[in-house]
Amino acid sequence: MISDRLPTLGSPVGITRGRRLAGRALARPSLPALVGLVGVVVFFGLEAPELLTWGGVASVLDAAALLGIGAVAVALLLIAGQFDLSVGVLATASSLVTALLIANAGWDTWPALLASLGVALAVGVVNGVLVVNTGLPSFLVTLATFLVLQGSSQALAHTLAGSVRVTGLDDAPGWASAEAVFGSTVQLGDGRFRVSLLWWLGLTAVATWALWRTRFGNAVFASGGARRAARQLGVPVRRTTLGLFCLSASAGWLIGTLGLIRIGGVQVGGPGLGTGIDFLLIAVIGGCLLTGGYGSAVGAAVGALLYAVARHGIALAGWDAPWFQAFLGVLLLVALVANGVVRRRLKAVPRS
Amino acid sequence: MTEVPAPGGPGAGQAGLPVLELQRVTVRYGSVAALSRVSTTLPAGEITCVLGENGSGKSTLVSVLSGLRRHDEGQLLLAGEPMHFRSPRQARAAGIATVWQDLAVAPLLSIWRNFFLGAEPTRGTWPLRRLDIDRARETTVRAMARVGVSGLDPDQPASTLQAGARQSLAIARALHFGARALVVDEPTAPLTVAQQRLLLQSIVTARGQGLAVLLVTNNPRYAHLVGDRFLLLAHGQVAGMLTRDDVDASDLMRLMAGGEEFSALTSALTDLHSELGDR
Repeated sequence: MISDRLPTLGSPVGITRGRRLAGRALARPSLPALVGLVGVVVFFGLEAPELLTWGGVASVLDAAALLGIGAVAVALLLIAGQFDLSVGVLATASSLVTALLIANAGWDTWPALLASLGVALAVGVVNGVLVVNTGLPSFLVTLATFLVLQGSSQALAHTLAGSVRVTGLDDAPGWASAEAVFGSTVQLGDGRFRVSLLWWLGLTAVATWALWRTRFGNAVFASGGARRAARQLGVPVRRTTLGLFCLSASAGWLIGTLGLIRIGGVQVGGPGLGTGIDFLLIAVIGGCLLTGGYGSAVGAAVGALLYAVARHGIALAGWDAPWFQAFLGVLLLVALVANGVVRRRLKAVPRS
Repeated sequence: MTEVPAPGGPGAGQAGLPVLELQRVTVRYGSVAALSRVSTTLPAGEITCVLGENGSGKSTLVSVLSGLRRHDEGQLLLAGEPMHFRSPRQARAAGIATVWQDLAVAPLLSIWRNFFLGAEPTRGTWPLRRLDIDRARETTVRAMARVGVSGLDPDQPASTLQAGARQSLAIARALHFGARALVVDEPTAPLTVAQQRLLLQSIVTARGQGLAVLLVTNNPRYAHLVGDRFLLLAHGQVAGMLTRDDVDASDLMRLMAGGEEFSALTSALTDLHSELGDR
């Protein structure tokens, strides 16, 4: 990072340089989450050694992948100063659409998947247009979408399928190829690693690149951190926000599809694939400021990993499951405080 | 849609010819007209100062010229061509750059990202089109050095800049993108003498390069110091257009305070507190 700067810049004094590097490390949004991750891995590694076997790692990564896909999308929206609570329920709703199209309407797998992606994008556009055009807080708009989707998907499943469960999709035409894309696994030791991991890593990498290396990324940061300045300089704030809502809707669809292919069916209203709040929590734990303008996709990915390690660690250590919730609350508080400190530190770097 | 003409280099405008022209421009917010049939010209190589009370339409005029707000009636001509800017991006691409009253700086973005925000240089083709970071950094450092800020780390967030340097960033950015016209809405933040000098120097330099300059200010002394022409706004309408030969600083002061309103206020105050009359 230092080498590509102009040689005339920066004071030659070593102290200043070290301080600058320290400042830069502290300015990384993902740092507190990374510290937390190391902490929980060490703690639960000692408390529940089976966490660090192939099987334990595979199940942690599996949970982290699904959470991480949603969290990365939600993190981008948070950076742009918007919330999306509807990602989790959109996952269920879109996989229900796919399942109903295959089971009840007799569609092939791929057309059904494309149709449900269309439905998800439509929900994203509705979210985005409502937020952009009315200026309503996105927290409330997407809470409304969440309720509508939750209620209508349960009612729809009940009316059309007769139960909250649609199964037996795996003999539909095209299922095998869909399974190759969304459901492949690799066996390593006693752990089964799923392709969802690659989707997660790919999405995180692309999001990181887009955030730091493209115009779109600049627009995302500016929309959240200084919306007025962004508008005055001609940054397409509305278009960017709309695009991000479509992205989070697609992420919801992807999570839903990965789950649908895995179990060959869908269950509505069950424990589900994580709610919107979880993704939000993870993004904040990963260093996103709730006020927008600051955060990273890598941070969200680390946050997802931290979340998954803690949940599995608590289960494997034989503790009662509700402890996880308490732990999550503590984690969130720590993250909020740490984000505040880091942000203040970032602003207080001395100019000389 | 009108084609946005490519910006010319410095000195693109011939002195005296109008770069920007407003013809009976009206802007309404709901049923309230913030600007009402305003006609004026901004000649190349001249500084036009806009004077008026709060609410007289100065900020709206800036918004229209910089593409933030579209006018409802009338015409905005750039070098004789009618323009309809749909966003400040288009106005900037056409060579009209603005120093905003609040400076339009995003505090958590790095300095070079702030410099190019909304008009980033890129390389590569679409799915791989990416920011040309090295060029952006270099250009930022050079442009900042030109306005007197050196030894800058362009990767630092703009929040680490002191108020004066932040203002320099806004000015350097406008000078970089303003090829034909510079619109300066005088910053509201209190400025030191050195910062004020920088602002006025930049404006005078821009005039020397043949740009049309519009300066919105509340300070009649500065207006008189650098201004060639003075546009007086009152209640969204043009109340007068004066040249340097017509007025001196105290005239401007009087005109700016709204003429009779100011004298009415003075007499009301002296009636209440007779000792004020001696001042």
